[in-house]
Amino acid sequence: MEIVELFYLAVEALKTNLVRTILTMLGVIIGIASVIIIVSLGEGATQSIVSEISSFGANILTVQAGRNFRGPGGGGGSTVDSLTSKDVEALKKLPNVVEAMGLVSTNKQISYQGQATQSSINGVEAAYSTHHDLTLVQGSFISESQVATRSKVVVLGDEVVTDLFGEGSEVVGESVRIDGKSFRVIGVVQDSSDVYVPIETVQKVLLTQNYYNSIEVIVSESQLVESTSTEVENALLIQHDINLVADADFSVRSSQEMISSISSVTGTLTAMLSGIAAISLVVGGIGIMNIMLVTVTERTREIGLLKAIGAKRVHILTQFLIEAIVVTLIGGIIGITLGITVTFVATQFLSIPFVVSATSIFLALFVSIGVGVIFGWYPAKKAAQLQPIDALRYE
Amino acid sequence: MAKKALPQSQPIIEFKNVHKVYQTGPVSYEALRGITFSINEGEFVAIMGPSGSGKSTTMNIIGALDLVSSGHYWLRGKLIDAYGEDELAEIRNREIGFVFQSFNLLPRTSVLKNVERPMMYAQIGKAERRRRAFESLDLVGLKDKAHNLSNHISGGQIQRVAIARALVMRPAMILADEPTGNLDTKTANEVMDFLLKLNQQGHTIVLITHESDIAMYAGRVIKLKDGLVESDRVNGKLKMKKGS
Repeated sequence: MEIVELFYLAVEALKTNLVRTILTMLGVIIGIASVIIIVSLGEGATQSIVSEISSFGANILTVQAGRNFRGPGGGGGSTVDSLTSKDVEALKKLPNVVEAMGLVSTNKQISYQGQATQSSINGVEAAYSTHHDLTLVQGSFISESQVATRSKVVVLGDEVVTDLFGEGSEVVGESVRIDGKSFRVIGVVQDSSDVYVPIETVQKVLLTQNYYNSIEVIVSESQLVESTSTEVENALLIQHDINLVADADFSVRSSQEMISSISSVTGTLTAMLSGIAAISLVVGGIGIMNIMLVTVTERTREIGLLKAIGAKRVHILTQFLIEAIVVTLIGGIIGITLGITVTFVATQFLSIPFVVSATSIFLALFVSIGVGVIFGWYPAKKAAQLQPIDALRYE
Repeated sequence: MAKKALPQSQPIIEFKNVHKVYQTGPVSYEALRGITFSINEGEFVAIMGPSGSGKSTTMNIIGALDLVSSGHYWLRGKLIDAYGEDELAEIRNREIGFVFQSFNLLPRTSVLKNVERPMMYAQIGKAERRRRAFESLDLVGLKDKAHNLSNHISGGQIQRVAIARALVMRPAMILADEPTGNLDTKTANEVMDFLLKLNQQGHTIVLITHESDIAMYAGRVIKLKDGLVESDRVNGKLKMKKGS
């Protein structure tokens, strides 16, 4: 029998119990949709993080305080007080280093006339804006003198402006409160949810600490990043009087390394979540097996008749197997469509890129068919093995 | 039109000392206890008997739905004693046209598709299938119902469609198992008249029934009792097709 005819017969058979068929499909629809959503959102989030890191520039090295957090027993990075202004001065003297700047970051509440939002406060040097290609839409960035005098000024990300003042408000000259202290707004940065404050101000006014959370080293050329990384490491080991690299109380990373480590973290997360979603596929598959077994029992007489008029085992097996596959395949296609739709809507809200890979779609289709074959096999085999006289006599 | 019955010489069915034993756990039951008969091409034979006589078992063996326990069964000269399931399916498909008492047609399937189904298993091409199915439906007078669903036609029509399906593979015989059991007398007579007409055209028909009224349509009646042939004789009171 031709495969097209078998599909036609399967669809005909499934149509008679439409509600049951749809309910059976639900398991596959939900399973496939969740896998598509998780994988796509995972890929989108990774791309978004990677592009953010890449925007730092390929020629930036980041020195993070604390032991290398990739290694065993790594300490919690930012609470360690190993990086100081002396380190920055030492790094500035290295060849190929254009600039070295300390960074302090903290999370604080920022408010304006009763409106408040939690934001990431970055203590930065005046040069930060240049090296990170920040685009100012209002006012100006922090100046060197404002850093030196610990001015209580702030540059806001436009998303923070939207939260506090309303979208597109002119805010230069306004006063906002951070941690209860009054700060004058001097500028607004495009496409950002961050808040920038002179580094000295964050250290002395907001946090009362002398150390940095990290140091950014700008290398003259991106090809020199790798070699400079070693020089930075050696310079800091000497500076901190540490003999063994393994004992270092800091770690040096290029943006490339950060991208690969973040990608591996998001990759693992996506895989884990997909694994959980895949469990629902197995549950859906068991549902299909259950319903197919009921169908085989219900249609025993029909199977007997088919055998009487000449159906061989393989004919019956294929017919019921294809019925199961049609259920899972249609379920899979609906699941893919649903997954893509939900992903599209979610990416609009989460402002991450909408990425649905062809691989995940083909994989989902393949898995749907696989679920049909695996869970349809037993009922189909049971149908095929019925003895014609027993099946014909079945009441 | 109707061709004369063939000279009844070539045996289509030969039963030689056929025994059938059913084993259920430790209990064994001998449904057939040594049956011998033969049916020639072009005959219309009724196999009769009360329940427990072994007529259903006989029909299962004739229909290649079951195998003999001992003895031999030849169908068109082919010994059907030790076939595998798939080979039996092929024999049923090619040599036997079944008409059952009930559940003759696939539900929710058109009359045409029902008639085409045996040809699908025989790998006959689509166009040829369609042609033969229409030809067969024309023969039973139901060509105009080809696209009706099987559950949208009357009981008598269902049996006629079953006969049309039984004919499409041009089998050795039509094996009808209580084909009128679910029909009222009038419709039953119509169906039997039709089988009789087919027999007059040369088709071999084996009818399994417990109703002597229905058996009267056959030219020969084999009566079974307790798994043995009680009588095998030519029907003297042959019912003739009305108007012929």
